[in-house]
Order: sequence, then structure tokens, then C-alpha cells
Amino acid sequence: MTDAPLPIASPRRPNLSRRRARRRAAERRFRWYGMAAIGFALLVLVVLIGGIVRTGYGAFLATEIGIDVAFEAETIDPAGTRAPATLSDANYRTVLRKALAGAFPQVTAQRDQQALMGMLSSSADFRLRGMVLDNPSVIGTTQRVWLKASADIDTLRKADDIAVATTAGAGALQLLADGATVTLRAGPGAFTGLFADLAARRPDAVTNGRATLGSHLPGYMVETADGGLLRLTSFTANEATGDILLAPEAAPAQWFTLIVSPPEGDRRIDDRELAWYRALDAQGRVRTVFNTTLFTSADSREPELAGVRGAVVGSLLTLVICLLLSFPLGVMAAVYLEEFAPKNRWTDLIEVNINNLAAVPSIVFGLLGLAVLLGFFGMPRSAPFAGGTVLALMTLPTIIIAARAALGAVPPSIREAAMGMGASPLQTVLHHVMPLALPGILTGTIIGMARALGETAPLLMIGMVAFIVDVPGGFTDPATVLPVQIYLWADAPERAFVEKTSAAILVLLAFLVVMNLAAVILRRRFERRW
Amino acid sequence: MSENAILRAGPSRVVAPVPIVSAAAQTQPHRVNIAASHVDVFYAAKQAIVDVSIDIGEHQVTAFIGPSGCGKSTFLRCLNRMNDTIPICRVTGRIAIDGEDIYDPGMDPVQLRARVGMVFQKPNPFPKAIYENVAYGPRIHGMIGNRAEADEIVERSLRAAALWDEVKDRLDEPGTSLSGGQQQRLCIARAIAVSPEVILMDEPCSALDPIATARIEELIDELRQNYTIIIVTHSMQQAARVSQRTAFFHLGVLVEAGDTETIFTNPRDGRTQDYITGRFG
Repeated sequence: MTDAPLPIASPRRPNLSRRRARRRAAERRFRWYGMAAIGFALLVLVVLIGGIVRTGYGAFLATEIGIDVAFEAETIDPAGTRAPATLSDANYRTVLRKALAGAFPQVTAQRDQQALMGMLSSSADFRLRGMVLDNPSVIGTTQRVWLKASADIDTLRKADDIAVATTAGAGALQLLADGATVTLRAGPGAFTGLFADLAARRPDAVTNGRATLGSHLPGYMVETADGGLLRLTSFTANEATGDILLAPEAAPAQWFTLIVSPPEGDRRIDDRELAWYRALDAQGRVRTVFNTTLFTSADSREPELAGVRGAVVGSLLTLVICLLLSFPLGVMAAVYLEEFAPKNRWTDLIEVNINNLAAVPSIVFGLLGLAVLLGFFGMPRSAPFAGGTVLALMTLPTIIIAARAALGAVPPSIREAAMGMGASPLQTVLHHVMPLALPGILTGTIIGMARALGETAPLLMIGMVAFIVDVPGGFTDPATVLPVQIYLWADAPERAFVEKTSAAILVLLAFLVVMNLAAVILRRRFERRW
Repeated sequence: MSENAILRAGPSRVVAPVPIVSAAAQTQPHRVNIAASHVDVFYAAKQAIVDVSIDIGEHQVTAFIGPSGCGKSTFLRCLNRMNDTIPICRVTGRIAIDGEDIYDPGMDPVQLRARVGMVFQKPNPFPKAIYENVAYGPRIHGMIGNRAEADEIVERSLRAAALWDEVKDRLDEPGTSLSGGQQQRLCIARAIAVSPEVILMDEPCSALDPIATARIEELIDELRQNYTIIIVTHSMQQAARVSQRTAFFHLGVLVEAGDTETIFTNPRDGRTQDYITGRFG
């Protein structure tokens, strides 16, 4: 090293202002990249959550139909004993059928009555029984009871994808009944609009100026002001013939033509049911309410009766087992490895293996659970106990790694201070190191738990994918968990399960948010203590 | 450049343990509290302390001085077995406190550390309330039974550390909210709360400003009445100000130990002379 000063022969002065401008531009650009990245992430999140909410919000609503039910004593309790057994065994389907017959007196054919009954959820008669059992004094009275609609009616109301184009009809409508068919006349050219519409859509349905309709074609109907509804089977521009869906008066004051698409054959609701639904809706007997069933019942084959309660309780029980097993074990392992274990080849080997375990695909843990927990130890199948144990095995490495990192981040000066005071190694860890590391340990635990909450694959292996109708009451009852429920519903063929699937995803997300919130609150509390 | 010369010369010389300076040099007689003889310390294969023998008197301040890496802190940490916490560290030789070998297998390091307190270079109060910082030691050693006793020990220790007047109204605040000098005095209060015989101080003022340093030095002088104090320092002025006896370490070897005045005015060894006159280190 030489002490001679360097000669400043030719000071190369770069253009300072240009350099500064470039540096500032680079900094601005960097900030922009960051903001753009965050903006993009937020956008994706909004699109994702927005999409789920848009599909799923319908599941939080339920359609109910108001029926005037006469609780006749001779049907329910002919002997008049009011004994619970009698009330419980009474035939409430008959009560319901009579009530529906009252609402639609013109529906007489048994098949039609059955279809009418099908508009209500299959749980409707249980609902009536429940009312009677709760309060036998309803017997002998007539009450308007709001009953859950079937999934098809529910979807019809929510999805609103059956387009009904209504046009006021011109001229006085004459109806000439001939058995089941009716001939409609309303002056020359009364049906020109309908005819032109059909000719434009399906020219093949028109022959010699006469249109012949069928279930593969859109529905063409005539509605009268008094609520009558006629389905046209064939028509010309001047005259039409049709079937009666709901009987009109002979000479209605006002009438409308309806074009119903898609064709009847492409819908789950046929024209009859559509007619009944429109009639009920016009009378104000259809309403949309909050769907409490979603939160009070477990899975069901009937979409309108299916809820997430079973899965939520199952998830909760599974997570409790998972937490009880993995948290103490993980923290104890981490404390030992970080604070007490000698650093030698064995502990290195253990550390490498723990890191490897964290990267093992979860389905492998499921297979392990199947072979060891169910096969060898004979744990109950499909139960939260086995599920929680498998998830605990999966979560354990995550917790150990997070806890070790948190313990390692505690400054050594705290340990020295405690040791210098004469605290034993255990006291040092329990009194000083652990409290400081606890927020980090909790964060790691919550991350592990969140992963366990969203885990499906290992639980499929131990049978938690079964269709379970009961809300689990304990750790050994058959149960399912939220992500598996989502998987099951996503697989279900009924259209009504689509919105259920999204709703279950929303519930799962809410569950996660609550867990993270709990973690934040816990962390705050522990941090405030010192 | 001159340091290199010393470094080359250093390890080749075997230095005999320096005996306690003759009674004639001592101004007042002191009972020997800590007696170390032929202490070697190894970090794995590397020898950090070479055959150190020294006697440390009771109720005196003994200063360890020497250039960085000379082993003075390592030797200090042998005195309350803090080196036990380093797995690769190995200590041989005999260190006795009041005639009791502290490296005896029957000696519990936890009890030893209650007798030999320690104050560290960087103030390291526990991230707990000031009160808890002081009460912690007595509590884990079972010295307090009830709240009144704890209050009394806390007040006495804080008064002894000259901190009471500044913190008596905010004992519930975290110890880490104090200033650096206050934190260091809190650490001293924490150390004396368990009534140790010896207090080890490892460069207690190196992280403090001159005013805080002066307060700590004053405090050390007061504490000397009741405690044996050993202080490691980089500042020769500080050693001269606070200590009665000084030991000079160099490259793991105890070069010279004696009355502070003698060491600073009339050192026997050339290296001590070089160090205190600022020719290296």
C-alpha cells in the first residue's frame, strides 16, 4: 500500500444531472413495477372472489312457496287423543296434497297432482309434522305455511334463465273448447307476431302457413288477464289451437301472447310447472328468504336440503385433533432441536428429514394413514380422529420449521442475560425465549393449520369422502370436511349444486379469515405482554 | 506495523504465571476471593487462554485490559462458567471461589451464577417490566416469598444501582424503554438483586456515551464496598479510574497483574508498557 496521493490528472466528470435523472427514473420505474404487481394481484383476487360470490350468493337464498294448509283433525288425529305418537305417525302427505288441491282445484289428474307436489321440497311434509308436534293446537285451523320449494323451482327463480316475452294481444279473444283442446280466435292476423317469430327462428316448423309446435320448439302461449294459460299446439296467423294449462274464463277481457324459450325439452321445468309457478308468483305466494338450511343441516341428495354444517363441524373436529397433536409435538421438537440438542451428525440427519417431510405430497400421508392408522391401529374410518391425525403428521414439519426459525430469531443476548442470572436452561427457554418466539410459532402454526384446513387428498384416502347426512357429534363419528364437501358438490350432477359449491367455498374462505384473525389477535395479545 | 512484530514475538515466549504482586506494593490487605491457577481454554483445537493463574481480592475492582482478542472476556466468562453454553469450549485448570472449585463436577453452574453475577457489553434487559427485570433473579432462586419482599428487593437493588429515582414511577414499563445508560444500570440492579459475591462486567460502558459511562463508573466505585467486581475494559483511562488492581492480557496470556497504580506507572513487562503507552492495541 502506498501513501502517495493519487494524481488527479484528468478528472473525468460525468454529466451529473443526466446521471441523476436516470437514477431517479430507475427508482420511479421500480416503484411502478411494485405497484403494478400489487395491483395485478388485487385484480386477480377481486376477479376470483367476485366470480365465486356471483355464482355462490344464490345458495344463501332459498325460495319458499306459501300454501294454505288445513290441518284437519280427521286426517291427522281422527281419535282426538293428541298423543305425540299419533301426531308423529299421521300422514302429512295427504294433508299437503289436499292443501295443493285447494290451491289448484283444476288440477285433477293424479300425475299432475304428483307434479304439483314435486314443486315443493320433499321435506315439506316433515315441516308440517314439525309444526303439529310443536304446537298441536294448529289442528283444526287453516294456516298459510311457507314451504321450501324444490331445487328446480328454486333454480328457476334464482337463475331466471327462462325468457318469457309478453306482448298484449289485439282484439277480443274467443275460446272454443273441444275436450282438452281449445280453439282460439281473435280476429284476422291476431297471431301474426307469433307466426313471424317462429318463422324467423325455426322455418322448418312452418308448413303451408301453419305452424306445428312441439317440445323441441320454443313455447308459444296465450295468457288471459284472469290467470288462464293456454299452450298453443298449432297456429296460423289468424287462428290457433292449444291445450289448457290453467283454465281461463270463457271470454277474457284482456290477453297476452307469450314466447317462452328455451324449448320445453331443454328445460327441467315443463310448461305445466311453469304455469303453476307463474300463477303462484302472481298471487304473491312465492318469496325468497335467507337460506338457514345451508347452515343448519349436513349434506343431502336434495340440493335444497343440503347444508355445510356437517362439513364445518367435521373440519372443526379434525382441526382440533390436528392442533392438539401437532402443536405440542412440533413446538417440543423445535425447542429440543434448537435449544438443547447437540449439533452432530444425528441432529443434522433429523433436520434434513424434517425438511424433506415438509415437501412430501399430502396424498402420501393419506396412504400412510390408511395403512397404519386404519389398517394397523384400527382407527374408525371416515372419522375426524383419523383425519386429524393424518393432517397432524402433515402439519408437523411445517410447525417445527417455523418454530425453529422463530426460536433462532430470538437474540442470543436474552439467553445470555437469563443464563447470567442463574436461570437454568429450561427456565431460560420457558421464561424468556419462548414468549419472544411465540408470535412466530403461532404464525407458523396458523399457516400449517390453514393448509390442513384446505387439504383434501389425504382425507380421501381414509374415507372422509363418504356421503354423510348427519352432523358429526364426536371425534369418532363419520364426518366429512369442507374441502371434501366442495369436491363432492362440484361433482354432483344437479345444477342446484353449482351454487352450493361456490357457497361452500365462501364458507371455507370465511373459516380461513376467522382463523387468521384469531392468529392476529393472539399475536397482538402475546406481544403486548412484554 | 509494530503490532505485527509483537504478534510474531508473542506466542513463542512462554510466560510464567504472574504472582500476586508483593504485599509491600499493596495499599490495603484484601482476602483472596477468586483463585485461578493454570487455566487453559480451548475453542475446539484453538487455544484461547494459555496457563493463566491469578488471585482476585475481595471487595476490590479488578480490571482486565488488553487488545481485542486477547482472551480477557473469555477468561471472565470462565469465572461464572458462561463458557459452558458454548459446546466447543473446553476449560482446564482450577478456578476456586472461596476455596471451592467451580469446575468441580458437584458444582451446579446455575447456583454458581447466582453467586457470580454478570453484566454484559450491550445492555440486555429482559423485554419485560422494569420491576420484573429486577425481581426475576430472586424469584427463580426462591429468595422472595411474597409481594412485600419482592418490592423491598426491587427497591433496594434499584437504589443500589442508582436508578430508583428515575424509574420508581414507571416500574411497569418495559425495561427496553429506558435509555442505554439506564438499561445498563438496570442490568446491574438485576445482577445485584440476587446478592451475589462477585459481579463480572464485560465492557459495560462500551455502548454508552461519556455521561452514562461516568455514572456507571461512579456506581462501580460504590458497589465495591459490598461486592468483588471484575471489569473487562478497552479503555485504559477507565481501568485507571475505577480499578484497584489491573491484569493485562495479551494473546491469551496473562502478561502482568498488580496494583493499578503500579501497572500504569511502572509496569514490569515491556508489552504492558507498549500497550498502556498506546504503541499497539
